[in-house]
Amino acid sequence: MSSSSVLFDAPGPKARVRNRILSIISLVTFAAFAWWIISVLADQGQFEAAKWKPFIQSEIWSEYLVPGLINTVKAAAISIVLAAVLGLVLALARMSALTPLRWAAGVFVEFFRAVPVLMMMIFTWGLFIQTPSIPPDQAPLLAVVTALTLYNGSVMCEVVRAGVGQLPAGQREAGLSVGLSEQQTLRTILLPQAITAMLPSLVSQLVVVLKDTALGFNVTYLELLRSGTQAESNYTNLVPVLIVVATIYIIINYAVTKLAEYIEGRLKRRGLGRKGTTGAAGSTAAGPDMAFNRETG
Amino acid sequence: MSQIFEQFDVISFFWMTIKLTALAAVASFIIGTVMAIMRLSPVPVLRFVGTAYVTLFRNTPLTLIVFGSLFGISITLQFSISDTLSTNAFFFAIFGLAVYHAAFVCEAIRSGVNTIPLGQAEAARSIGLTFTQTLREVILPQAMRGAITPLGNTLIALAKNTTVVMTIGVLESAYFLSKVSEDASSQLNNAFLLVAGFFVLFTVPMGLATGYASRKLAVKR
Repeated sequence: MSSSSVLFDAPGPKARVRNRILSIISLVTFAAFAWWIISVLADQGQFEAAKWKPFIQSEIWSEYLVPGLINTVKAAAISIVLAAVLGLVLALARMSALTPLRWAAGVFVEFFRAVPVLMMMIFTWGLFIQTPSIPPDQAPLLAVVTALTLYNGSVMCEVVRAGVGQLPAGQREAGLSVGLSEQQTLRTILLPQAITAMLPSLVSQLVVVLKDTALGFNVTYLELLRSGTQAESNYTNLVPVLIVVATIYIIINYAVTKLAEYIEGRLKRRGLGRKGTTGAAGSTAAGPDMAFNRETG
Repeated sequence: MSQIFEQFDVISFFWMTIKLTALAAVASFIIGTVMAIMRLSPVPVLRFVGTAYVTLFRNTPLTLIVFGSLFGISITLQFSISDTLSTNAFFFAIFGLAVYHAAFVCEAIRSGVNTIPLGQAEAARSIGLTFTQTLREVILPQAMRGAITPLGNTLIALAKNTTVVMTIGVLESAYFLSKVSEDASSQLNNAFLLVAGFFVLFTVPMGLATGYASRKLAVKR
């Protein structure tokens, strides 16, 4: 059921005319707004050739933007792999039969979900630059990766747990009835299904990680945004640089989101996707992933 | 610990975090609701603009948006709200936080609309209510109740994300921590425990309250 069909019927002749009039009015309004933005940009000289020319020359790309993008992708890639491992370990601990272990994992997860990623980053950065065994130039990357791993690992733990919780009870019962232990049932039957079903959520978590690498800006990590602002000090074209950098982020993240949707569609066709957009226990039809995903900046 | 309190005005940093959260929450709720109505409307142009807004802002890092608000819009394009540098930064911080989180508010409300059974809107239309009346009397009141949980998550994310405005020098909790890291690094552990404790105390009740409210106000079906 699409959200639009809840609200209105297929429009009849009168409604079509009305919609067309409203379309024209809103189109004019938004065009005027866009025109205003463009004229402000033009008044402030943002369309001068000197401000945009660097982007068709190779230097700004080879010296600043591409190395920045590589650093962004590097931090995101390391973090997502470590976070996946941490998330799985935490999920196993949170579902373990040992009460102290369950509690410890619970406190760990709740703590790192409550503390802002940027706080973790500043704190670990402060620690790492004081640690003699860590080369000072590696401290920013380490801080970014540590903070992102701790936060996203905790989020992934919850995603995996929610995935296990959504499996039909019969799966666990069947595992136990053929003589597997609780742990074996979890590892060999429940987790593989939960992870498959939650794959779209886990992939879209990558968008969060990619965006959050920009927090590294504050701990002098030379990611895309910071390298962009360094280019700016060279060419004094802040607005164009921000527009280009934002476009790069939007394209990458949009592609990742589409990938997650594609995987979700495939899983649904194979009957493995998350069940029930109508009668689900949660209060949102969007499913539990809404609760965990895209939580952060 | 007492050394930190002597050296820094800790309470004022925390108070700034609370102010930023409250003001940005109100602003993003207003913008987000407007965007959600646009995305749900029968007018294709409005739907397109709403979708474009969500796609663009949800996929851009908040750091970039906050940085661009002050240095791009305010300083480069010369839109100032106040002559005082810190007041100006404060308002553009709220602007950046609000436009970013509005995209999430919009999606939260849309997911709330999706909880409403088709028959409700059909019934509303069959008794002759117009689109606007259906939206106002039937859909939105129920959608808001269904949206409490995702809206609560957005609020918690917003509270944590206010830390990002240290990028433009607003004196809030993250700024405090980085100041301690620079000026009193021996106190770093204590300061981290302090701000972490503050955020746990600040956000956990939000989660409990929205959880309680969504159970209490849920439309039983």
